[in-house]
This record gives sequence, structure tokens and C-alpha cells, in this order.
Amino acid sequence: MSVIALHPKHEQERDRVDAPETGRVAPLPQLSPAPPLAFSLKGIGKRFGDKTVLDGIDLDVPEGQFVAVIGKSGCGKSTLLRILAGLDKPTSGTLTIPVGSAPDRRSRIMFQEPRLLPWARIGRNVEVGLTGIAKGEVARDLSLKILDEVGLADRAEEWPSVLSGGQKQRVALARALVAHPFILALDEPLGALDALTRIEMQQLLERIWQQQNFTAVLVTHDVAEAVALADRVVVVDEGRIALDLPIPLARPRRHGSAETARLEGQILDRLFGRG
Amino acid sequence: MAKTATNTLARNLAGWLLPAVLILAWEAASRTGLISESVIAPPSAVLAAFIRLLASGELAENIGVSTLRALSGFAIGGSIGFAFGLANGLSRLSRDLTDTTLQMVRNIPHLALIPLVILWFGIDEEAKLFLVALGVFFPIYVNTLLGIQGVDPQLLEMGRIYGMSKRQLFLRVILPGALPAIFVGLRYALGIMWLTLIVAETIAASSGLGYMAMQAREFLLIDVVILSILIYALLGKLADSFARLLERLTLQWHPAFQPA
Repeated sequence: MSVIALHPKHEQERDRVDAPETGRVAPLPQLSPAPPLAFSLKGIGKRFGDKTVLDGIDLDVPEGQFVAVIGKSGCGKSTLLRILAGLDKPTSGTLTIPVGSAPDRRSRIMFQEPRLLPWARIGRNVEVGLTGIAKGEVARDLSLKILDEVGLADRAEEWPSVLSGGQKQRVALARALVAHPFILALDEPLGALDALTRIEMQQLLERIWQQQNFTAVLVTHDVAEAVALADRVVVVDEGRIALDLPIPLARPRRHGSAETARLEGQILDRLFGRG
Repeated sequence: MAKTATNTLARNLAGWLLPAVLILAWEAASRTGLISESVIAPPSAVLAAFIRLLASGELAENIGVSTLRALSGFAIGGSIGFAFGLANGLSRLSRDLTDTTLQMVRNIPHLALIPLVILWFGIDEEAKLFLVALGVFFPIYVNTLLGIQGVDPQLLEMGRIYGMSKRQLFLRVILPGALPAIFVGLRYALGIMWLTLIVAETIAASSGLGYMAMQAREFLLIDVVILSILIYALLGKLADSFARLLERLTLQWHPAFQPA
């Protein structure tokens, strides 16, 4: 991360967590003061040699928002996510994550592959998410709790090789969430799953996001998935933001409603330059 | 549960069926005069030799001497090979400096060094240890290196993202990932260990199984010669079973080692 700016005025931000869990309705009619920012990208550019992958991305994401980033293959959306997660450094521009009262501003990333350690049992794999944070009994309890959230508490002592693809991805999700990250970056985590498992995983992801209140950034090329999950869809094209569209649909959302179809159409039109 | 145990036992026994049939056929062929006693002694004679040598204590002593040689040579060569494998797998500098040399030396058949080794060490213990260690070194080195280089880079990246220290990364990602390949090296090395020792003891030794076989040849004791060969086969099988046991214990996670 290039810059971590101090914004002490955001110190009350965690109070919002206590708000009753009556489904977040998007768009939030923003009363002043505006919710604090989870992160802010300013003029982010990334070049690999001669190839410009990102070219001046500006994006402010308020805390707790679910943003989906969509684009064609090679549009730079994964690179954007890697920069956000601190895996790559931008060639130009700054990433700002305001430091507030929260003890840590951890970000986690989840990939298309589960990347579980095949030689560690499911429980130990989840505990990897607590490296340097908790150990022993504490780590064991925390990981069992989060495994319960993803519906795999009874599999904690099994090897990853006996799980199905969807279950492995649920373990990876548990590992990413066990330390309660502030930002969760998701790099097409459902891309390799079959259609039914995908929908199941989307619902799980939405439920856990509503419970844990983290900021989620989902990179996907599935327009329906983006509209089903996100508060806001950002379309990236040739390294720039081509569309920034709020998704003002109440949750839980239904697949295939007229409103979803209209929004999906709008995004697809932009993606294929018909907009 | 009991059924599984019986199945495992039955499967283990199945492997011994062919050797048993071969021995019976061999005995029958000897008895009927199909095979002359001067070519191969019948199993009953080999068994008699076995009992004779066991009673005199000669056999136990020679097996002890050979086993000790094999294991010490293995420990020396194996640990150096493992250390180089780790160093070259983990550090590019170390690999750049030493790998070319090691690969050149690897292509010299180590048994070709026997004349030189005899000149250096005579026919003392050092000569055998040196040859066994050298023979064992390469399979362990090559496979450890291969195993470490083959660790999934995506898992390494995952470990780093989750803040693993270098030590944690090594113990929790790199070493377990390299282990299947290291075991391949270990089993190769065990085979080479016996092979090298037999040759070394046959050519230059004053004790051990190979020496026992050569002495017996001098006196045309073909039953003892065959007994030595059979014992080598059994010791080799024993070493391999031990490696398999270790493999089963440490690679439980591997789909290949899980009960179907």
C-alpha cells in the first residue's frame, strides 16, 4: 500500500456496527455526515513494461459497501484488486486506507482457487487466517466458529482432498474471514464452481457480509452475480472506469426479477460498447 | 473394522505368494535333478546353511556389520544430500554456485571410483562409507531440490499474504509440499545403498555379507552364496517397507494414501 493517511475524524465509525440488522437497503439515502471511506484510489495506474493495464482509476468506497468490479478478460480488474490487497504496487497514483479507531485494518483476498494446504486438516487451514493473530485454543475456537458460519463445522478434522470444489471455497472464505478483515477482496472466487453451487455461495457470501459488516470488493465477469450481490457495480474497460452504477435493490434479492434484468442489460450494453 | 484388518493382511500376504511358489518350484526342480546342484543349491540346502551359520553366530555378525555400514553411509550421504537439496531449493545463489558442479559429479557412476577409493582408504570402513554416502547423496539431493522447486507458487503466495514468517512458510508450506518427492528420493537411495554396499563388500572387505559370499565362493559353498543373495533381497525389502511406513505416516493427507 503506498499511502496510509491518518483520518482521526473517522474514529466513531465503528458505532455503525451496532445498528440493527434490518437488511441494508441500498442505496442508502446518504444523510450527512457521509459514512467514512474504507479506501480511496486516486489516479491509480499500472504498467507492465510497455503495456498499460490501469490508467488513472479513481474510486472511493465507503465502509461496509459491497462493490463489484466487472470487465472483460485482461481489462485490469484483477490487477486493481491485487493493488488493493497490497500484493502489487501501482506505477502511479495512491491508495489511501483511512486509519480509524479499529485496532487493525486488515485486508484479505480470496482467489478463484481455494489455495488450501492439502497437508493440513480443514481446521488447521482456517487457522492459517490467524497467523500472527491468535494461537492454540483461541485459534481453534475461532476457526471452529467461522467454519460453523460456512456450514462446515463438522468437517474440521478432515483433509481438504475429500471436499468438493464448493466446500473448499467455503473453507477458503472461512480462512479469509476468521480474523475479521476490514476489507475482503474477492478475485472471481466463484468462477470455477457449477451454477447451482455458485448461487448457494452467493447467498452465503451475502449473509456473512451482512453479519460481519466488512467492505467487500468482488471482481467477477458474471454480470448477474454482480447485480445479485453488490451495492454498486463498477465497469472497468481498457484500464479506466467506464461505468459506476448503484444497484438500488432491496435485499434479499431475487434472481431474474425485472429490475435485475434491466440493470444487467445496462451493464452489458456498456461492456459491449452499445451504451 | 475386523474385515478391513483381514483384507490388509490378505493383501500383504498376496505379495509373498509368488516368492513362495518360486521357491517350491525351485526345490522341486533340484530334487528331480532338473537343476544341477553345482549351479544352484536347492532351498533346503540354503536353509540348512542358514541354520548352520546362524548357530555359529557368523551370520548375525556379518548382517550386523553390513547393516551398520549401510545405515551410517546412508546417514552421512543422505543428510548432506538433503542439506544441499534444501539450500539449493531455497536459495538461488546457492543453486547457481553448486548445482552445475553437483550435476557433473552426478553423472560419474560412483562405483567407477572404487579403484580410487581403495587407493585412498584401503579396504577399511571408510572406503565403504564413502561409496555408500556418495551413492545415496544424489537421489536425495535431486529429489529434495525437485520437491522444493515443485511447491505450488500459489500456496507460497497465500502463505505470504497471511503473514507467515520465513520459518513458518518453510515448515508449513515448503517442506510438506516437497515431502512426496523427498520420499521418492529416499526409496531410490535405499536401493542404491544396498547395491553399493554389496559391490564394495564383494570387491574389498574383510567382513560383512558381501565378504561372506565371496569367501563361500572360494570354497565352492554355493548354498552360502545363494543365502547371501537372498538376505540382500530381504534386507532391501525391509528397508523399502520401512520407507513406505514412514510415507504412510507422514503423507496421510495425500489422496494416494487415503483409504478408498
